[in-house]
Amino acid sequence: MQVKSMSMIKSIKDLEAVREKYLPSIQLRLGEATNKTETHVLVCSGTACTSSASQAVREELLHQLQKHNLEKQVKVIKTGCFGFCQKGPIVLVEPDNIFYCQVERNDVNKLVEKHLMEGQVVEELLFHEPDTGERHQKMEDIRFFHNQQRVLLQNCGLINPEDINEYIARDGYFALAGALNQRPADVIDQVLKSGLRGRGGGGFPAGKKWEIASQQEVTSKYVVCNADEGDPGAFMDRSILEGDPHAVLEGMTIAAYAIGASQGYIYVRAEYPIAVDRLEVAIRQAQEVGLLGKQILSTDFSFDIGIKLGAGAFVCGEETALLHSAMGARGEPRPRPPYPAQEGLWGKPTIINNVETLANVPLIFRKGWQWYMGQGVATSTGTKVFSMAGKINNTGLIEVPMGTSLRTIIYDIGGGIQGERSFKAVQTGGPSGGCIPEDYLDKPVDYDSLKEIGSMMGSGGLIVMDERDCMVDIARFYVEFAQDESCGRCTPCRVGTKRLLEILQRITKGQAEMEDLELLEELAYDIRDASLCGLGQTAPNPVLSTLRYFRDEYLAHIRDKHCPAGVCKELLHYQVVESKCIGCGICAKACGVDAISGEKKKPPYKIDPKKCVRCGVCLAKCPKEAIIRGGRRIPAATAAVQEGVNNHAHSSGIYTNA
Amino acid sequence: MEEATKQEQFHDEQIIIPPMTETEIKHKKRSTEKTKDHKYIELDKVLERYRGQKGELIRVLHSAQKIFGYLPQEVQAYVALKMDIPVSEVNGVVTFYTLFVTEPKGKHSVNVCMGTACYVKGASEIIDKLKEELKLDAQETSTDGLFTVRSTRCIGACGMAPVMTVDEEVHGRLNPADLTGILKKYQEQDAGEKYEHDQVN
Repeated sequence: MQVKSMSMIKSIKDLEAVREKYLPSIQLRLGEATNKTETHVLVCSGTACTSSASQAVREELLHQLQKHNLEKQVKVIKTGCFGFCQKGPIVLVEPDNIFYCQVERNDVNKLVEKHLMEGQVVEELLFHEPDTGERHQKMEDIRFFHNQQRVLLQNCGLINPEDINEYIARDGYFALAGALNQRPADVIDQVLKSGLRGRGGGGFPAGKKWEIASQQEVTSKYVVCNADEGDPGAFMDRSILEGDPHAVLEGMTIAAYAIGASQGYIYVRAEYPIAVDRLEVAIRQAQEVGLLGKQILSTDFSFDIGIKLGAGAFVCGEETALLHSAMGARGEPRPRPPYPAQEGLWGKPTIINNVETLANVPLIFRKGWQWYMGQGVATSTGTKVFSMAGKINNTGLIEVPMGTSLRTIIYDIGGGIQGERSFKAVQTGGPSGGCIPEDYLDKPVDYDSLKEIGSMMGSGGLIVMDERDCMVDIARFYVEFAQDESCGRCTPCRVGTKRLLEILQRITKGQAEMEDLELLEELAYDIRDASLCGLGQTAPNPVLSTLRYFRDEYLAHIRDKHCPAGVCKELLHYQVVESKCIGCGICAKACGVDAISGEKKKPPYKIDPKKCVRCGVCLAKCPKEAIIRGGRRIPAATAAVQEGVNNHAHSSGIYTNA
Repeated sequence: MEEATKQEQFHDEQIIIPPMTETEIKHKKRSTEKTKDHKYIELDKVLERYRGQKGELIRVLHSAQKIFGYLPQEVQAYVALKMDIPVSEVNGVVTFYTLFVTEPKGKHSVNVCMGTACYVKGASEIIDKLKEELKLDAQETSTDGLFTVRSTRCIGACGMAPVMTVDEEVHGRLNPADLTGILKKYQEQDAGEKYEHDQVN
């Protein structure tokens, strides 16, 4: 949707005028409108829904509306992420407040003719709870949303992120207007009092950073937004940028006023093309109405924002590396102090805050620091956005108050573990965090509690693992990641992670000795203590936490040469279930190394474990599911009754798609 | 002083756009792609836009890679020269970041997400299957030049794991068995284009 007629906004009065003009649309979508002559169809246009073809749905909607001459009464709105990525594409019809999920292009016809023309709900497109089968029409009745507190994400899935007017209608930029009427020191004071801590992982008090930068008596200063969300499995920042980009711009502008900066940059990953587009649109619109640029809201304060693109280096999420990269150089970190707040971009004081941190800033001023402080727990205030992924029923993006327990997040909101399997661990904090076992599921999620149990908050990615995930293999996966992303500047990280990875590889291949375990632990501590930057210092965390909570799995790999989860390829055994084999010979033909022998029509065939390379081709090809894979060799007699194992083999690891 | 003149001479020599290689000429004949000269003209426009601005090397390289498809040495040298930065520095940046490539890529870029969510849902099997389908061993690009397969860092579509992208298009909730069909779509599309092109000529 193109935004028409943008006039300059020079005062609070102007802001109010815009708000008044656009508020009716918003009220209609919130179910607060009195005049219900219009219908708005909200189509999620976040990355996940776009991947499941939400844009095709949107185009088809527009086409059908035109066909039925409904364009005047019905508007199609492109919104940011609703968070319920598992059930995308999401379509919400307002003011009826009907939540449709997994809407496909072919469903649009029904939706238009049945719902929009006849006013009947399309039952088959409603969400139903996986366990009870209960169907819900309203978004807030769905358990996934019911247990959340969406404050920061209040605009995601409600407004059109490409229309600044809709953001203003949601009280956007009023926080900035209020802050500009105060002294910079008072602005900082409120952020300090709110207790806002950095959402990027470390949890450093945001106000403290601002204070240090404001005290530097230098003329040019910078505000940098860290949107280099590199943790695999984390997509909070992306969703905020895609769904509510102006919140980040407003937060940055307030920060700039507080420290006395006149230029800001958003350092964003090149892997997020939709987020980059939305940011560009948002910045352009803010500039057009004068909310960025010279003499903002008729004050002496001027500030502008540019975008810096990353190029695929995880280490650039570390603030000193990010600075180098933003200056167009290799993203290598440097020792601190001096901290960026003292010497940052081009040697000038620079504050670097994460996307979510900055998006919290307008909230603090809109609702007051006292309110903000009351959210969450004493040492971790406010709410936190998490992205949930892995073996969980409801993957997606959620927001809960700090201090909510992992159990609430995983079971009440996440809907529990997929299929009939059992929970094994939840990984928080990405490659810098750790794996938390079931015993700690009732721990509150806040900066300090997670640290206590050997993990960390990180940026908010939660990856749930079930019994089929091998914790040694997960540790290996993360160390491989850290090794690959190590920039090579300091030896403990460059060489240390390499050696760490080699030990883990030996373990997963069944070639390790018991001494390796000691070496692994010792080396992990050395890397943690001696590395230059956060990447190296936290790289051993996945190893240390799995060693702490899943030591028996390590022992099984080393001592018994056995992978309890049935993941580590070299430790698996393939076998023919004699009673099921029909002697078709397909497996023997498929085997690339002639490990299967037998005579046609004279079952059973046999697999020679010495020749077998464990490629799994035979298991995939067997028409009778007569080949099983397991962590241990099973005596032929009992193999026949091991149906469960067989099913397990088909749905575990390689053939997963449940 | 003397050194400065030398440098200038070096600059003058380097500005000449290198002639096309045989394969490039062949490629030009086959497709309707822009010629090399045009690409350098486009790159000049980008360089002009960012002239005198601090810290824009990465952005320029992104644009250059979009124009050329990859960043061969000569393009790196050209950028260095025009931006007045040592070639070593440009090369240092190019080799540091994984999104920059120095080898030509296939017509379609297939990127398999290797984020944790995709990994635990079987992303490595997707890569294996792709390699098998396209007969790739160590190399990343298929012999017909149609596909380049790489693993990528998390693209943030974790809700749809495992995920891969073919050019801009995202394919989610993948199963190794789906891949043949997906690749076929692009193969057929390409065959169609080639046929059309041959008809025109």
